Amino acid sequence: MALTQRHLLGIRGLAAEEITHVLDTAESFREISAREIKKVPTLRGRTVINLFFEPSTRTRTSFEIAGKRLSADVINISSSSSSVTKGETLLDTARNLEAMGPDLIVIRHPSAGAPHQLARVCRAAVVNAGDGAHEHPTQALLDALTIRQRKGKFEGLRVAILGDILHSRVARSNAHLLTKLGAEVALAGPGTLAPPAFASLVEGGSLRVERRVEAAIEGADVVMVLRIQRERQDKAFLPSLREYAVHYGLNLKRLELAAPDAIVMHPGPMNRGIEIASDVADGARSLILDQVANGLAVRMAVLYLLGGGAGAVTTTNSPATSAKTEPEPAPEPEPLKAAVAFGGAQAEHPNRQ
Amino acid sequence: MRLLIANGYVIDPAEGVNAGRDLFIEDGRVRALLGRGEARPEGAEVFDATGLVVAPGFIDLHTHLREPGQEYKESIATGAAAAVAGGWASVCAMPNTDPVNDNPAVTASIVEQARLAGLANVFPVGAITKGSKGEELAEMGEMKRAGVVAVTDDGRPVPSPGLMRRALEYARGFDLTVMDHCEDKSLAAGGVMHEGEWSLRLGLRGAPALAEESDAARDCALAELTGARVHLAHVSTRGAVEAVRRAKERGARVTCEVTPHHFTLTDAACEGYDTNTKMNPPLRSAEHLEAVLEALADGTIDAVATDHAPHHADEKALEFDHAPFGITGLETAVGLALDRLVHRGVVGLARLVELCSANPARIFNLEGRGTLRPGSWGDVTVLDPDLSWTFDAARSKSKSRNTPFDSWALRGAPVATVVAGRVVYRKE
Repeated sequence: MALTQRHLLGIRGLAAEEITHVLDTAESFREISAREIKKVPTLRGRTVINLFFEPSTRTRTSFEIAGKRLSADVINISSSSSSVTKGETLLDTARNLEAMGPDLIVIRHPSAGAPHQLARVCRAAVVNAGDGAHEHPTQALLDALTIRQRKGKFEGLRVAILGDILHSRVARSNAHLLTKLGAEVALAGPGTLAPPAFASLVEGGSLRVERRVEAAIEGADVVMVLRIQRERQDKAFLPSLREYAVHYGLNLKRLELAAPDAIVMHPGPMNRGIEIASDVADGARSLILDQVANGLAVRMAVLYLLGGGAGAVTTTNSPATSAKTEPEPAPEPEPLKAAVAFGGAQAEHPNRQ
Repeated sequence: MRLLIANGYVIDPAEGVNAGRDLFIEDGRVRALLGRGEARPEGAEVFDATGLVVAPGFIDLHTHLREPGQEYKESIATGAAAAVAGGWASVCAMPNTDPVNDNPAVTASIVEQARLAGLANVFPVGAITKGSKGEELAEMGEMKRAGVVAVTDDGRPVPSPGLMRRALEYARGFDLTVMDHCEDKSLAAGGVMHEGEWSLRLGLRGAPALAEESDAARDCALAELTGARVHLAHVSTRGAVEAVRRAKERGARVTCEVTPHHFTLTDAACEGYDTNTKMNPPLRSAEHLEAVLEALADGTIDAVATDHAPHHADEKALEFDHAPFGITGLETAVGLALDRLVHRGVVGLARLVELCSANPARIFNLEGRGTLRPGSWGDVTVLDPDLSWTFDAARSKSKSRNTPFDSWALRGAPVATVVAGRVVYRKE
């Protein structure tokens, strides 16, 4: 099967079958990173631009290594400022990059919707690597891969997401993804950062907002902790980080409320002692480093599917609904075939100017 | 100079006229409404309005013409051209220019530029406070002498209730209407769209309806306290229209307007992050849109106004967070009103004419406007209520193209605009 969209802008627009397909593809790529020569020629001759308008070490490095392991040429462009202060608009930047003919643009931007604006003018496939408080789809995919490896399924799984929900793209992408795959998600945090209206993000009642973190953690199979930004204190969202740690932080005592085999996740970077206690972060239930390793596999899968895999060849007539309910066998990456097919597809690209 | 608009169907709500009449205009003023078969005047230019509706010239209470200071977005001349192309014989120019229209020199320059442009009537609206900074009152009496018809700090509403009270008391002495853009900036908290399901979903900062409603409630209470004439600009929420409804019941001199985008679109339109869906007040949820339609139907809302807010394409090409608020509206407003309000049965045609002519004239005290009573100004808007047409933003007379209504197919259009007896626009 293939992805129905040319870009990966968010999880909200994906069907459950597409998500599963990305996860299966990622699973098949994990083995490459275990090889002595950690490289396949899948995206040879393809160019990936990492366009980062926000500081990021983890995500940018992950995309860079993912691209390189697939033999793509990877270029990193970092700009700490938004277009407003830089004097060049995002669209001008995009058009300039377009002129150099990249195949994929990975964008991280502090403003929600920036990847969508980019996708409207770009021939290249656009991958959202985090846009403001909107979505961070590859983070949710890597979280899902991590959960699937431990729990084997999503149906009926109880997931708690704790912290600054309002400003979190990770929370949004995860809420969409996990509920699409059948999990029940409980959000909790201070009233200023976890508004009750958030339950309306997805339909069907599988997302709820709890006033107390304890109520969300109770019986949870997965506890996901979000990073708390220090600047929230300045804008009157919080009285102090100290109080946050006492009332909302994940410590061993609170974790005891979860299911006995519950796992703990954090998208990083962590504020130890604030949203998560060190003994939890470093404890046996913590999968934080697994998340990082899975991030690489997920990003390889996304670059492959959008930049050289089946997704780029057939964009229109592969309805996600045709997917089987039982998991398909993980596809064998077919490097040469995919690369040739991609070249052909590109020549007839509808958006070509 | 004589003009006879013949064979049309005249709607003049101020005079209760709803009949086939020939409208005779001489030397810029309405001379007579002639019944079918009455003798026609000699030597008049004849405009055949067979099958068309002839209404008093429409008056837009809320237009940003950007001159002086931001002529790259719009000028008085291009704005006036867009106005008449949209059926507006008169526009009321907001004071948030650069410099702000907070003194008679700026007012006089706007009046002069409008005279040179010679298309629509341009009525300047002055600032409430100097520089619209919300600190000291602007010289309302001097501005009125130079030509302002109302005062507002549109876009930068007076935050202090105490100062707003003084402004209302003072403006009352000159019988100037105080127009307010209701927004409590602290509640709005930098929101770039309506706070609700869609802002949460899109990860955009939301401004709650309450930011508008709390200021609207404040203004209504101050109108009662001071007896001043208060006009709420672009109401967009259930709470704001309810506040106006209650204030009117108690006899306060409160009026309000609504924009076509607020009775046509909801916040769901922001889904693609198109910055042409970013305006202030923001597009609201369906519940609020419904309340606005109810208020249009029951008479709570007094006027349809465009809030025409041209911005350069480069500014609107920024991220949703950074793009400026506002859309153009002069050339789409009347078509949207006919399509969305009249053809969908929200209001009748006569009521729409009232919302666009008689009521705006009353709200800003415009003598001899908004009616076709003999002796009034010869300003006329001619409508074809059933014409099917498509708006093409590329052919707009405005300097700017920031509209979410490009390529919209609409039923009903303004087909000619007459200002002081001169046909200044005729649809091709």
